[in-house]
Amino acid sequence: MAPRDLLVTEGLSVEFGGVRALAGVDIAVHEGEILAVIGPNGAGKTTFFNAITGTCAPAGGRVFFDGRNITGKKSHEIARLGLARSFQNLKPFAEMTVTENILIGRESHLASNLLDAVLRTPRFRADEAANHRKARELVAFVGLDKRRNTLARDLTYGEQKMLEIARALALEPRILLLDEPVAGMNATETGFVMELVRKVQAQGITVVLIEHDMRMVMGISERIYVLDHGELIACGDPEAIRSNSRVIEAYLGGGKLAHHH
Amino acid sequence: MSGRKLSAELFFYLGLMLVCAPFLKLHTAWLPAVFLVVWGLKWFGDFSGRNEGIGRLREKVVGFFRQRSTPLVLLLLAVAVVVPFGASTYLLDVLTSALLYAILASALNITVGFTGVLVLGFIGFYAIGAYTTGILTTKFALCGFWLALPASGVVALLFGLLLGIPTLRLKGDYLAIVTLGFGEIVKIFCNNLDALTGGPNGILGIKRPSLGFATLDSPQAFYWFCLAVLAMVVLIIARIADSRYGRAWIAVRENEMAAGALGIDVFKKHLLSFSLSAFFGGIAGALFAAKQGFISPDSFTFYESVLVLCMVVLGGIGNLAGSLVGAGLLIVLPEFLREFALYRMLIFGALMVAFMIFRPHGLVGSRTIALEAEDHADGAP
Repeated sequence: MAPRDLLVTEGLSVEFGGVRALAGVDIAVHEGEILAVIGPNGAGKTTFFNAITGTCAPAGGRVFFDGRNITGKKSHEIARLGLARSFQNLKPFAEMTVTENILIGRESHLASNLLDAVLRTPRFRADEAANHRKARELVAFVGLDKRRNTLARDLTYGEQKMLEIARALALEPRILLLDEPVAGMNATETGFVMELVRKVQAQGITVVLIEHDMRMVMGISERIYVLDHGELIACGDPEAIRSNSRVIEAYLGGGKLAHHH
Repeated sequence: MSGRKLSAELFFYLGLMLVCAPFLKLHTAWLPAVFLVVWGLKWFGDFSGRNEGIGRLREKVVGFFRQRSTPLVLLLLAVAVVVPFGASTYLLDVLTSALLYAILASALNITVGFTGVLVLGFIGFYAIGAYTTGILTTKFALCGFWLALPASGVVALLFGLLLGIPTLRLKGDYLAIVTLGFGEIVKIFCNNLDALTGGPNGILGIKRPSLGFATLDSPQAFYWFCLAVLAMVVLIIARIADSRYGRAWIAVRENEMAAGALGIDVFKKHLLSFSLSAFFGGIAGALFAAKQGFISPDSFTFYESVLVLCMVVLGGIGNLAGSLVGAGLLIVLPEFLREFALYRMLIFGALMVAFMIFRPHGLVGSRTIALEAEDHADGAP
């Protein structure tokens, strides 16, 4: 059976003041897979995520999510459709606790309104209780049980990254875009995140990954797209990418790829 | 603190003193004392930051109040309720003003504190509320105060939407300037729209509300009424703050991009907080009109906007209890420092600078300290 395409981009382009950051990228993400987008620094990987999620406006091309054209939609609308993401540089909401951070991700699943909140109606209580329960599950899922009431800014770097993933999962997305989830992590932490991503996939959530850590990329992705200078230069399974001459060239003689053999 | 750094600091304060001295004329004698106090506070702040004993003591004190917050609130409310029995008419007038400003500060705290939007012309909404009550009760005989009170809030809210829809997409400083302009425009309109607002002469003869069996004519009765409204407003804001709305506001304040990526409509959240602020500002305005019985544009100057902002900052940005403390301090204290009246702005300025340096989270603090205390109570690390 042919895999179903959940997320498709057609000729997606982004320009920053005349500089082409993304030049006509066609990518199809199959439902249920773990897909990696790799490429040297400045290849346009994060811009690709931004263009899909409405964080920056594409100059050309179209984005389809589950067959629906989402090009030019606002980022909160796209998130509500079931497309969650983590950020490369952005930290969680620093002045909020771990639980509160995750509750923010539940926003689109809340039923209570302003009047419910003021009057503390049964609907408000039920809503809060249900979402606190969900938040506790997610906190446990990413292993932050003991840090539930800690402010995000007091977490370690690795914990903040985990919190970001939990927060994105709180949306109950159909697809999760992770922007360098293990950057700056040690081998143990990286292993934990890999395990986590597999568990996410097992829940039926499609995962798209931007990552420099080749051990992770080669270890868990089923397919890999390679971007260079805003263009797609290769696509295939990890084995094919590892031996692709254009990819090796893009990575300056392939030192980085070969290193993790 | 090294000796060299100390002397450099002393020179800084001495220089500041010399610069300020000519402007202060009579009160020059007070200046060294003021600077000594500021310096002493800074020294103590540095010291207590490093000293574990004091840190532990602070945690204990905060924890103590935190754990007993409900009885504490009830106690304060009880004191506030019985105060009128022993107070002079003058003191009661000051306290009623403090209550009105407490409503204003709590309202402004929604935008400034929760969504982190600086509003410089907030008094414009206060003015709109006051004039709505003034116009409705004096020019439309049928409309009593009880209709005018909610109407004032709603009219202020509508103006909030009118101002917010085109401008809330602006960022930080630009929005602050827009709201500053708004405050001034409202004042100028009140000054020139003679037919409706009475121009510079204002509106006279606004009646105090009546409960049917008794009018709230006596200062005591009106004080209690304002206290009840304040309690309602604080309760409503506290409940909204402790719900999905409050959480979303803080998320928007912390990082709009991340909030958007999590499905939060950032603009809508801004608009909600802004119009809620305006609504409660309008309610406070209605009470002000009823309290004074007379309103004119002079009551709604930029100075008032700054004063309310000072209350929010002084008490603690994003902390409701802080706004109440801030309002109490900035209304009641100046009454005891009447002789300084001329230099109020100067003193406020110095106070704000001092607070931004020494206690950026305000007198009562943001929620951070409270949460730390909670964690300790849980036995978490």
